[in-house]
Amino acid sequence: MDNLQTYLYISAILFSLGLYGVITRRNGIAVLMGVELILNSANINFVAFARFGGMNFSGQVFALFVIIMAAAEAAVALAIIINVFNNLDTVNIDDARELKL
Amino acid sequence: MDNIAFGLIIAITLGSALMVVVSKQLLYSAIALLFTLFGIAGLYIFMWADFMAGVQVVVYIGGILVLLIFGIMLTNKISSVNISHTSLQRGVGAVVTLGVLGFLISMINNTSWLQLSSVEPSQTADSIGRLLMMDFLLPFEVASLLLLGALIGAAMLSRNTN
Repeated sequence: MDNLQTYLYISAILFSLGLYGVITRRNGIAVLMGVELILNSANINFVAFARFGGMNFSGQVFALFVIIMAAAEAAVALAIIINVFNNLDTVNIDDARELKL
Repeated sequence: MDNIAFGLIIAITLGSALMVVVSKQLLYSAIALLFTLFGIAGLYIFMWADFMAGVQVVVYIGGILVLLIFGIMLTNKISSVNISHTSLQRGVGAVVTLGVLGFLISMINNTSWLQLSSVEPSQTADSIGRLLMMDFLLPFEVASLLLLGALIGAAMLSRNTN
């Protein structure tokens, strides 16, 4: 509970699970969930180094910026996925391989 | 008592994160993601970052997760067969993932981490606000511009053009 490695292990496991989701899922929204897991694991690392590495609050501010970026990314990605669904009638990302219809 | 709560939070976080990536039903994945995000907020509290825990709950659970559930509902047809919810190439994915995990864990084990002792801060929101308004003012403004651009872009993309 009071050492850095515990949090680094948790974040490494979360990162690998997110990577597994990004690699294996076919649904675009499920891939997006994997990306969210990866971003969260990075955030755990930032806050852990802020707590144990003497970064004080700079690490937390950086994690805050990551959350802002994740919000923007989720909004744009969902808009793209819904557009793909309207045009192709599927959200399977393997079917969306053309930039222009 | 603290250790029990900590272990429980880790179990909830990692167990539901596994559910997120293996669940057959997409909506179950979204619900599992809810518990993962709550668990991560709990971890933040254990790292003395209570403001970050609040932001995590408000932005991730109140914003991004609701957006994801909207996306799931909007891209599902009742009549369609749910073939696109299945996974692909589980074997290759598991091998790659376990390779990355092994590399990360050996890296964490072999590094001698510098661990400073620090005292628990009496407040966090005040210091974060000061940092945002003084040291990180330019990134703060750029982030607001990014959010504005993303909002306009998302509205443009999802607008019905017919």
